[in-house]
Order: sequence, then C-alpha cells, then structure tokens
Amino acid sequence: MHIDIDKDVCIGAGQCALAAPAVFTQDDDGFSTLLPDREDGAGNPMIREAARACPVGAITVT
Amino acid sequence: MTATPPTQTEPVAYPQDRTCPYHPPTAYSSPHDGRPLARITLYDGRPAWLVTGHALARTLLTDPRLSTDRTRPDFPAPTERFAAVRNRRIALLGVDDPEHHTQRRMMVPSFTLRRAAELRPQIQRIVDERLDAMVAQGPPAELVSAFALPVPSMVICALLGVPYADHDFFEGQSRRLLRGPKASDTQDARDQLDAYFEELIDQKLKQERPGDGVLDELVHDRLRTGELDRVGVIALATILLVAGHETTANMISLGTFTLLQHPERLAELRERPELLPTAVEELMRMLSIADGLLRLATEDIEAGGETIRAGDGVVFATSVINRDEDVYPAPDTLDWHRSARHHVGFGFGIHQCLGQNLARAEMEIALRTLFTRLPALRLAAPADEIPFKPGDTIQGMLELPVTW
Repeated sequence: MHIDIDKDVCIGAGQCALAAPAVFTQDDDGFSTLLPDREDGAGNPMIREAARACPVGAITVT
Repeated sequence: MTATPPTQTEPVAYPQDRTCPYHPPTAYSSPHDGRPLARITLYDGRPAWLVTGHALARTLLTDPRLSTDRTRPDFPAPTERFAAVRNRRIALLGVDDPEHHTQRRMMVPSFTLRRAAELRPQIQRIVDERLDAMVAQGPPAELVSAFALPVPSMVICALLGVPYADHDFFEGQSRRLLRGPKASDTQDARDQLDAYFEELIDQKLKQERPGDGVLDELVHDRLRTGELDRVGVIALATILLVAGHETTANMISLGTFTLLQHPERLAELRERPELLPTAVEELMRMLSIADGLLRLATEDIEAGGETIRAGDGVVFATSVINRDEDVYPAPDTLDWHRSARHHVGFGFGIHQCLGQNLARAEMEIALRTLFTRLPALRLAAPADEIPFKPGDTIQGMLELPVTW
C-alpha cells in the first residue's frame, strides 16, 4: 500500500489525522504528513477512511 | 391527459423554518424523494438549485466551477439582509482560490488538532467557571446566555486575543449580522465590527510586546510586514470571531436540547463516556446547524441528471444531505454506533470549517461536563414551547430554560 499526500492541495483540516491517528499527523504548518515509519500505512484499515474524509482529495492510496 | 414527467415538481420556497429544531423542514426533501437535486425559489423569486444528495454534495462542494464569492453580481441571496451586505468581502468563507488558499494557509497552524488539544485544559477551566456561576445562581437557568454562548465566546476571545470584556458588544453585533432582523441592522453590524477591529488593531500596534493571540500574530507578522492590509486583517478577524462563537454556541444549546429529548441515548452516553467523540459527530450530522451553504455556478455543470447553468445559484441543504439513506440507514434516528464521520456538517471541499477541531473539543468538554455536573438536568418548559432560530440563519435554540 502506498500513500501519497498532495501538500499543495492540503488545507490542513486534520481529517486524516482524526480518522487514522496512527498513520497521519499534521506538521508544524498544519499540513498532513505521515508519521515516521508509517509510509506504507502498516496495514491500517482506517487509511482509506482517512483518504475519503479528506475534504479536498489530497490523499491517494494505491 | 398527458402525465407530468416525474422529475418535474413545483419549486420549493427557500429558506423555510424547521418545525422541530433538530429535523430539517420536511419541504426540503419530501417533494423530490430519491433525487439529489431539487428546484427552489429564493425569497426574491429567483430560481435556484437545492442539493440534497450526499454523493452529489461531496462532488459539487469540491467543484471549482462553484464560487463562494458573494460579491459576484449573480450570487444567490437567501434573505434581503444577506443581499444588503453582499458587496462586503468576507475572508475565507467568501473567497475562492487562489486567494482563499493563501488566507487558509495563514490560519491553519492556529487550528490544528494539536492546537485544539493544547487548548483543552483552558476550555475545561472556562466550562467549569461558567457552570460554577450558573449553579450559584440557580436552578433554574437560561442555558444559552448562562453557558452555551459564553463558553465558545470566551474560548475564541482567548485564541484571537480579543478582550472578553467586550463580549456584550460583539455578541450583539454578531447576532445582528446573522439575524438582522432588518437589512440595515446587518449593514450597521458590519460597520460597528469594522470600527471595533480598527481600534483593537491600533491598540495592538502600540504594544511593545505583542500578545499571543491570533490577531496579535496577524497584526505583528502580517500587517506590519505589508503581507496583509488592514482590510484583510479585519476581514479575517471578523469571520474568526463570528464563526468562532455563534456556531459552537448553537451546537451546545441544540445538542443539549436534543440529548434531553433522547433520554436513552443520554443514559448510554453517561454509561459509556468513551462514545462521546462519535456522539459529537452524530450530533453534527443530525443537527446540521449550518443548513444552506451557498454557491454560484460560474460554468455549466452536469449534475444529478440536470444541467446547472452558469449564473445559477446552488444551495446545499446540509440537514437533508446528512440524512441521505444511502449513507446513513434510519437517518432520523440518533445512533452513537453508526459512523457519522463523512457528514457535511462542517461543510466539504476547500471551505470546510477551519475551526472544526476546536469546535469538537469545545462540544465534547461542554456536553460531558454539563451532564456530569448536573445529572438531573432537564427542561424547565415544555419542549414544544421553547423558541428556536428561524430557517434563514444558523440553526440553534433562541433560549433554553433548564433546571436540575
């Protein structure tokens, strides 16, 4: 599983970090980023929920 | 006799008042069952579209061909007072990208999940103090003025660096801005808030050591550097202050009313307090207090089997969207065990609520503490006699008489 975050699109709503806090967090500027060692999502079932929760479609899961 | 095609129904008048404060007006959904888009007529007779389907709402709220810039001449107005201030710029909520993106990026660091978590102890203190004061004077109490409004008002003041001592002034102006009743009230409220922030900005510019509020940051890091002008700072400060207290206040008052009307759900929440975060999402879905998000089509858009023409007004009925049966089975039932996550109670797309994480923290702390501290809390008047807000503004209780 590969997670891609488009930081130019991200509006810092924090929905990804709210849905899947074990995988996503917000950096100091408020934008979505992956927690260290979680770049592949580590099989977390909430990742697709997090992508769907993003209000601007900034997260792609492949 | 020729049968009327089933897709043709009489346009529904918009906006309409709710008959129950937590259910949408039946007219918004009943004439067009199963279809995600309906025709409506605005107060001035102008036709527009009402979006009622969840999937279509998510698609359209992320469509850049729908503008939120209310200074555009064709922008739909739900009320005369809205039309009267349409030429005044509103930051964030009233601007499109790329300008919106620049503003949003400036504000995001102050509204992250982490920042909301850091503010929790302060929110808890404010909630405790307001309840101390309310309990000292009662029972009974009027919960909107004693609790639901002061809590978010104090929180946003602390976050922005606006003196809470001025709350009578700005709460009053916010009320006139959002509810008039006359168009001249709304215009005058904008003038008064502009003048208030002009003065506050002057005061902050004179301070040698800036305070730690968001407004202090805007003044010292953006205004002094020329990145924003005074109009820009005032526009941001106004939207943050107004949206920061009116909305959450309505969720606390209407959320309390709804819980009191659903004693089994309230009892369940008392037994299992860990359900509170999902309960807050479910209340956001069910109550949909920001009911009627406005957009203007700037190009023709094919949607829901219809063509929305360039220049058409589009209104998102969040209360109906959040009850789409395809997404939420038994949508009129309050259920802490459903996933309400994808509700559009905070909007969707680039304009989704900036303060949503702060609002969640406030709602959780306010509702948990209120019902823990006052386990016998109940309405002090018959439920159907308690006044709530008309359909042309943010939904919530006008008053909430309680006892305990």
